[in-house]
Amino acid sequence: MTEAPHTVTEETVLSFARGYRLQHDRVRDLWIVQAPEKAFVIEGAAPHILRLLDGKRSVGDIIQQLALEFSAPREVIAKDVLALLSELTEKNVLHT
Amino acid sequence: MTLPSPPMSLLAELTHRCPLACPYCSNPLELERKTAELDTADWRSVLEQAAELGVLQVHFSGGEPMARPDMVELVSVARRLNLYSNLITSGVLLDEPKLEALDRAGLDHIQLSFQDVTEAGAERIGGLRSAQARKIEAARLIRASGIPMTLNFVVHRENIARIPEMFTLARELGAGRVEIAHTQYYGWGLKNRDALLPSREQLEESTRAVEAERAKGDLSIDYVTPDYHADRPKPCMGGWGQRFVNVTPSGRVLPCHAAETIPDVAFPNVRDASLSEIWNCSPLFNMFRGTNWMPEPCRSCERKEKDWGGCRCQALALTGNAANADPVCSLSPFHDIVEGVATGLSEKPELLYRRF
Repeated sequence: MTEAPHTVTEETVLSFARGYRLQHDRVRDLWIVQAPEKAFVIEGAAPHILRLLDGKRSVGDIIQQLALEFSAPREVIAKDVLALLSELTEKNVLHT
Repeated sequence: MTLPSPPMSLLAELTHRCPLACPYCSNPLELERKTAELDTADWRSVLEQAAELGVLQVHFSGGEPMARPDMVELVSVARRLNLYSNLITSGVLLDEPKLEALDRAGLDHIQLSFQDVTEAGAERIGGLRSAQARKIEAARLIRASGIPMTLNFVVHRENIARIPEMFTLARELGAGRVEIAHTQYYGWGLKNRDALLPSREQLEESTRAVEAERAKGDLSIDYVTPDYHADRPKPCMGGWGQRFVNVTPSGRVLPCHAAETIPDVAFPNVRDASLSEIWNCSPLFNMFRGTNWMPEPCRSCERKEKDWGGCRCQALALTGNAANADPVCSLSPFHDIVEGVATGLSEKPELLYRRF
């Protein structure tokens, strides 16, 4: 059985790839992802999701924790979390 | 009064010393001696002030930054300040122990320059025998260390046909990113312009070659085009005094690395004033900031907040006045200067090397 390398499921455990990191920009009060020779601003739910990436928690654990923290339906949270983490894995910002 | 928004990036030009002699070097024609260089404590203070001001990334450059014995220490200072550190290097002074020390200090990324894919081409530009083999060895060590790596190729008339081979080399060496940067014609590049500037056909071919590589989707690619065959200027440095601050080996603070050519203005120095005073209040940084300084046709142009009037140093170099419209723009009254150069390429002058 082969699996597409970028498929992110609730069982996947992710962390930032080398050369990328999440950082709070205290001067501008923004969350950013530092990347090779650039930095991009992340907004909305993304900083809350990404700060939970520690290479230990599964995607499912992260969804669970955010559902509790924000008192929101799990399936709504799951959709946002999987969409963001899949996109960043596709772009090699995150890896397993 | 509102303060200008803070800079995102610091280009720390640690030294002008370099084992290579590339005739398009971005350093000024007047190179600074070792005795004039800031010391470690000065650079530590510059990094602290930069982080305080809002800088997010520091690019350690030169000359060859590895010619400084305090490179590892400065990387660890940057790491402690949560600055993303990028080492811009020729690789010829890198070895395994130095790379391990940089890795341990928390270096985030390395941009490794190649002058060509062939040994003869590389030596003709860099002027250093066996540099190519040393660079390939440096790339292997960087790859083994796991530090993310971008390969940088400056392209010009002599190597422009070998862009596909540049990507082959990048894949062989395991680089995640490739920068194909057409020579920028300031300082040394301008001195050697007539020997380096590609023809329009060569430029078009190079753009096609880069697009073909982009379509493969496996590498992240930066492509920097040359001004001379364009009809709209680039947003030089993302706008004067808007995103970018450069500190020279002797501590001068500049909005771009060519700004020392601007006449009749004082160049502020970190030895005399704080980085934030310089960024916010110095005449140099406010000289071309925003859009109020602009002459026509820029002032009423709908693109004025997109390209910020293009490049001041180019306007100066080609028209004699830094406040003129960038002559690259087809709307500039000076555009015929650029067109004349771009179409008048004929014989091949000798290269003038940057020896130091």
